[in-house]
Amino acid sequence: MSKPIKSYKDLPLAPITYEDTREAFKTGSWRTFKPLVDNSKCKKCWICWKFCPDMSIRILDDGSGIEFDYDHCKGCGICATECPAKCITMVTED
Amino acid sequence: MAKKLINGNYAAAYGAKLARAEVIAAYPITPQTAIVEQVADFVASGEMKARYVCVESEHSAMAACIAAASAGARTFTATSSQGLLLMHELLHWATGARTPVVMVNVNRAVAPPWSVWADQTDSIAQRDTGWMQFYSESTQEELDTVIMSYKISESPDIMLPSFTTEDAFFLSHTYEPVEIPAQELVDGFLPPFRPEIRLDVDKPRGFGSLSMPHQWYMELRYLIAEAMDRSRKRILEVEKEWKELTGRSYGGLLDEYRTEDADVVLVNAGTAASTIREVIDKLRKEGKKVGLARIRSFRPFPTEEIRALGKHVHTIGVMDRSYTFGDGGAFFTEVKGALYSMKDRPAVKGYVVGVGGRDITMKTVEKLYDNLFKIKSGGLDSEKEWIDLKRPEVA
Repeated sequence: MSKPIKSYKDLPLAPITYEDTREAFKTGSWRTFKPLVDNSKCKKCWICWKFCPDMSIRILDDGSGIEFDYDHCKGCGICATECPAKCITMVTED
Repeated sequence: MAKKLINGNYAAAYGAKLARAEVIAAYPITPQTAIVEQVADFVASGEMKARYVCVESEHSAMAACIAAASAGARTFTATSSQGLLLMHELLHWATGARTPVVMVNVNRAVAPPWSVWADQTDSIAQRDTGWMQFYSESTQEELDTVIMSYKISESPDIMLPSFTTEDAFFLSHTYEPVEIPAQELVDGFLPPFRPEIRLDVDKPRGFGSLSMPHQWYMELRYLIAEAMDRSRKRILEVEKEWKELTGRSYGGLLDEYRTEDADVVLVNAGTAASTIREVIDKLRKEGKKVGLARIRSFRPFPTEEIRALGKHVHTIGVMDRSYTFGDGGAFFTEVKGALYSMKDRPAVKGYVVGVGGRDITMKTVEKLYDNLFKIKSGGLDSEKEWIDLKRPEVA
């Protein structure tokens, strides 16, 4: 936040966030189901990465598979449904 | 400066061209189509440097204009009747997002039954969207108001969308000699649109985010209310500046004609005002002190101007070319509302006229002035009346 908002006088003109929304809001806490990946079965097609609506899948630097951004993944399960190799499973959040 | 013989629709298109609108998103609808056709011609011929987006509906047209304005482009669209109603959801969005989209609405009756003729129900139904609404009387006024609208809407302390209106056919299709201002004149008057907040890939921000009840929704609405209140002064400033450049102005929020010593006054918005002026000149020759107050800006409402009028005119008739079922004409109820806080309130009667394009003739207007003189001497005969309605007793 660039300055504390105490009254309407401190607000920006339009309803915007002052910074990248991803930094301000960790939406991962909304999750009920959590995706887990078995990278040994991953075919590197990156379909999960393309389909993720929250940009919460990151391709590993060495290209050996993927990892999840659990700060923002809401556990929708699209990745697990779309994965042709069935290497993503959804488990109940502890 | 060149004069051209053009109609209201072409005048609106010239306004958008001279204002250098950069993104146009539009969907055709009678009687507006000629506006967006003419703008398309300007873009195709290279006279206008703009991106023209053909969309599948008016809802999409407004969505595209909001998006383009969010990215910092000056936008233009035009619509009418059912098309304006389809835009309704996004009209609210344009206001909340503080995107100063400028539009022209041709006032056309709402179906069913189908009618393409003049009626102001379509724009009156957008009263609570937070758009400024300007009602034009002449072709020249339409062109000038489109250009002025950009300057008013884009003022950094306003940043609200606005539309001007043309009564269907009476203004949209009637040809009048119109002075087309020089491009350099308009460029000097209207600077490029450079909004403080815009979509920027190098500076990502969340737009249109959620606000919880304890957070800032109410405060953001208050900011819109303040901006709309400020726009009253801005409208007058911009019109003054336009007058200095062109010699033309249109009376601010409430355009008054021969009201200074008037016994009775008609309040009206739109093209019927021209007919009323003719009647006034005629009746004045007969010694009858009659006047006109034309609502040029419905939002913001000319509250103070109406009160100033009510101080010296004690019998007022308000004409509505629309009707709010279960209440009365919108101009009628709002004029009454503005006058209520006065100590000595004038008598106010509502006239429902010209609905669905029924002609408002000089005879119609004379009948209204006759009625107002009777009210002046004998008091209100009724709160409101549908004029030139085919009633069983006169059929």
